[in-house]
Amino acid sequence: MEVVAERKRTSVVGKNVRKVDGVVLVCGRPKFTLDVDLPGTLVGKILHSPHAHAEIVSIDTSKAEALPGVACILHHGNVERIPYTTAGQGWPEPSPYDSFLFDRKVRFVGDRVAAVAAESEEVAEEALRLIRVEYKVLPAVFSPEEALADGAPVIHDEEDATGIHDAQHNIAAAVDIPVGDIERGFSESDVVVEATCEIPYSQHTPIEPHCTVAYFDEEGRLVIRTSTQVPFHVRRIVARALGLPMERIRVIKPRIGGGFGTKQEIVLEDVAAALALRTGRPVVMVYTREEEFVCARTRHPMRVRVKLGAKKDGTLHAIEMEATSNTGAYGAHALTVLSNVGSKTLPLYNKAPHLHFHGKAVYTNLPVAGAYRGYGATQGYFALEVAMDELAERLGMDPIELRLKNHIRAGETSPIFEKIGEGREGKPMVVRSCALEECLKVGAERIGWYEKRSRRRREGRWAYGVGMACAMQGSGITGIDMGAATILMNEDGSFRLLVGATDLGTGSDTILAQIAAEVLGVPVERIVVYSSDTDLTPFDVGAYASSTTYVSGTAVLKAAEEVRRQILEVAAGMLEEPPEDLELSGEQVVSKKTGKSVSLSEVGHQATYVVDQHQIAATASFVPPESPPPFTAFFCEVAVDTETGVVRVQRFVAAADCGVPIHPKLAEGQLEGAIVQGIGHALTEELLFSDKGRCLNANLFDYKIPSSLDVPHIEVVLVKSEEPTGPFGAKSIAEVGINGPLPAISNAIYHAVGVRLKRAPFTPERVLAALHRDG
Amino acid sequence: MKIYFELNGEQQYVDIEPGESLLSLLRRLGMKSVKQGCNTGDCGACTVLVDGRAVRSCITFAAKVRGRRVTTLEGLGSPGDLHPLQEAFLEAGAVQCGFCTPGMILTAYELLSKNDNPTPEEVRAAISGNLCRCTGYRKIVDAILLAAKWKREGRWR
Repeated sequence: MEVVAERKRTSVVGKNVRKVDGVVLVCGRPKFTLDVDLPGTLVGKILHSPHAHAEIVSIDTSKAEALPGVACILHHGNVERIPYTTAGQGWPEPSPYDSFLFDRKVRFVGDRVAAVAAESEEVAEEALRLIRVEYKVLPAVFSPEEALADGAPVIHDEEDATGIHDAQHNIAAAVDIPVGDIERGFSESDVVVEATCEIPYSQHTPIEPHCTVAYFDEEGRLVIRTSTQVPFHVRRIVARALGLPMERIRVIKPRIGGGFGTKQEIVLEDVAAALALRTGRPVVMVYTREEEFVCARTRHPMRVRVKLGAKKDGTLHAIEMEATSNTGAYGAHALTVLSNVGSKTLPLYNKAPHLHFHGKAVYTNLPVAGAYRGYGATQGYFALEVAMDELAERLGMDPIELRLKNHIRAGETSPIFEKIGEGREGKPMVVRSCALEECLKVGAERIGWYEKRSRRRREGRWAYGVGMACAMQGSGITGIDMGAATILMNEDGSFRLLVGATDLGTGSDTILAQIAAEVLGVPVERIVVYSSDTDLTPFDVGAYASSTTYVSGTAVLKAAEEVRRQILEVAAGMLEEPPEDLELSGEQVVSKKTGKSVSLSEVGHQATYVVDQHQIAATASFVPPESPPPFTAFFCEVAVDTETGVVRVQRFVAAADCGVPIHPKLAEGQLEGAIVQGIGHALTEELLFSDKGRCLNANLFDYKIPSSLDVPHIEVVLVKSEEPTGPFGAKSIAEVGINGPLPAISNAIYHAVGVRLKRAPFTPERVLAALHRDG
Repeated sequence: MKIYFELNGEQQYVDIEPGESLLSLLRRLGMKSVKQGCNTGDCGACTVLVDGRAVRSCITFAAKVRGRRVTTLEGLGSPGDLHPLQEAFLEAGAVQCGFCTPGMILTAYELLSKNDNPTPEEVRAAISGNLCRCTGYRKIVDAILLAAKWKREGRWR
């Protein structure tokens, strides 16, 4: 209780302070990757494969090299062959080493063939046209079914790739996790339902595409200024791919224009660095929007089958989940995204003793899937929550009641936490905070659930319905992810906070500053944040897996507490009182006993210039022993045009438990943004391919992300809980919001018109076809 | 070819390349707030004001601004002297990554110059050509409505 009482008094945490980079961003200051102009910079461009699957028989670059202004051309014939993964994950990466800077083979339309560095973009593009490549075209496969069929072409037949589950059968990764006895579970169940849901290729579409500038500092060290979520992984992976000692590389992440997972991947840094090294000159590379769609990363398209067995009273007794994931031409994040389909969903309903999660991630000759906000959970929840809706109907139960009966509570656990980790076994964990019950209650009230659910409304051709879904995620990767922070005190009582953590627009620099400011008793303005520079900031895995507030935030908290201790010690000498009697707040150290005080500036001057001179500073690291899940209840109201099949989401309500929000407005922003991306998944977003594997809609006109007119009225509610292991009670919020819209909208459509949409996006054609088939 | 035009209140007399886009010219002149998101006029990140009208600089020829008045975000306000719209974006929490922000603010500026009491629907319609992938738009709409209120109260320039 004392802790809670103390937390209620927070002066910075829980407040909507001004974003520390806000002024710079609203003024358009030159803080993004491409906002620097270095003299003598070359433009790098990539030659992409026109074939879905082919061997490169020969490459003739003579004409291109003869073009004035061409500085360098790289291809498999003139670079070292080193296998690596482009997945920016902790070492050793649980993704196969199946990628090369340039390979003898191409595996999808858009795969890398060669790269040019030239004096201008125009010259580089002309040079690409002059490169003559002879291909031996190979049979290609465009779906997991084709890829798994007997006699299918082997996509990764190279001998030097490692970590592939079964290359001969195009299986990048596989999981099989049984708990209890699933068959017995179903036979003991009173009701069994099954749902198979499918998500197509979709892309993150950050408004800033991938971009990188590689150059040399005054000492000839390679500097990579890049739009990345994972600067430290970039440094390690580029060092490996190019055979460079790591200390020769510095990676700087400036402000970046959104990531959502696609920038957890090394897609340009390796090429730009190789071109810079070969030419000795700065090289700038930026993906066109078309390249961003095809050559960056996508969400793993997936088919997920969920079978639920329940007792008559609604208690779940058995859950089987089978996932078939399409990882595309390379296996980036193949195993871990697949694992997360089960590990982030099954614990939500922990009452079933019999579980079976199994699946495969399969290579195809299509673009490369990778990390995308939600990371498998999005695919899993679509099927799980549609199946739950169906189960509720079969049981004659309200969908909320079914969730209340089965969802995990504080103090409870699930065997899945231990069984499935990040590409290996996980760790047992007890959920310590869960306000999902309250989220369900608040969300139901806001949307008017019981009233709207009890009667279907129909006005002419428009049918109206409400649907709901639940989801959880994690907060960082248990036992693997490490974040570190350094805090140094300046003599005037201000501080420098150095973090490897990577703010990709989420506001994490601000949140980490708030945590430090709270402990150090100063306003956020007295903390200068410097983040994501591998030369100057301590290590951090980067921004992924909903980790920064919880993992990096705890590192900041620990560093700040140590700095606080050092401050109190110096102040104790000055005030001639024991440190235990001193308190730090309002930029003062005050004695609780005598009321005497010294200012932080006086303490700073004392330590820096006067007595026992030393730098007041601390570095702390944190690896999470647990990954507390945030929970969210989603509700939406849709209108379905029964003549055209058009679905309009009219209202969306989400009530989320992210622990104590450090910055409520930023937390809301995460949730709102994730929901809108989820609505895009549900209604419009899908990359389309020709029968030769060529992407047909790789532009923002034909691939439709939601605009301001496509977005319904969204209400988000942050339902507070107190996560005892989190900094000031915080958990994560970045990803969980994207898991709800697909199933909630599908379930609302079912309520409106009685047909289940199980293939995203729910386009008018699909809705109309479903109405004609089942309606 | 050389052209005269006014950029953020200052006369420019500059060389332009044949076929050069306004986006390219402005970035060459150091106006890095002008962002390239697609180069096809679909995302709106490159929006600038030409004679007060919001245009997509990526699909506008540089030659088109000869003799005209171009305003980029740099011309609206600066860190020490924020424009009320910039203040409103901060206040409402409308900025996440900030990449769409310059174009969004300038589009909002055009709207509010014509209508200082827009409905939320009018705001949504006005910014529908400016894509944002981070925020879900809600706080951007809030920010523009807040700025409109300030404008009606005389807090404007």
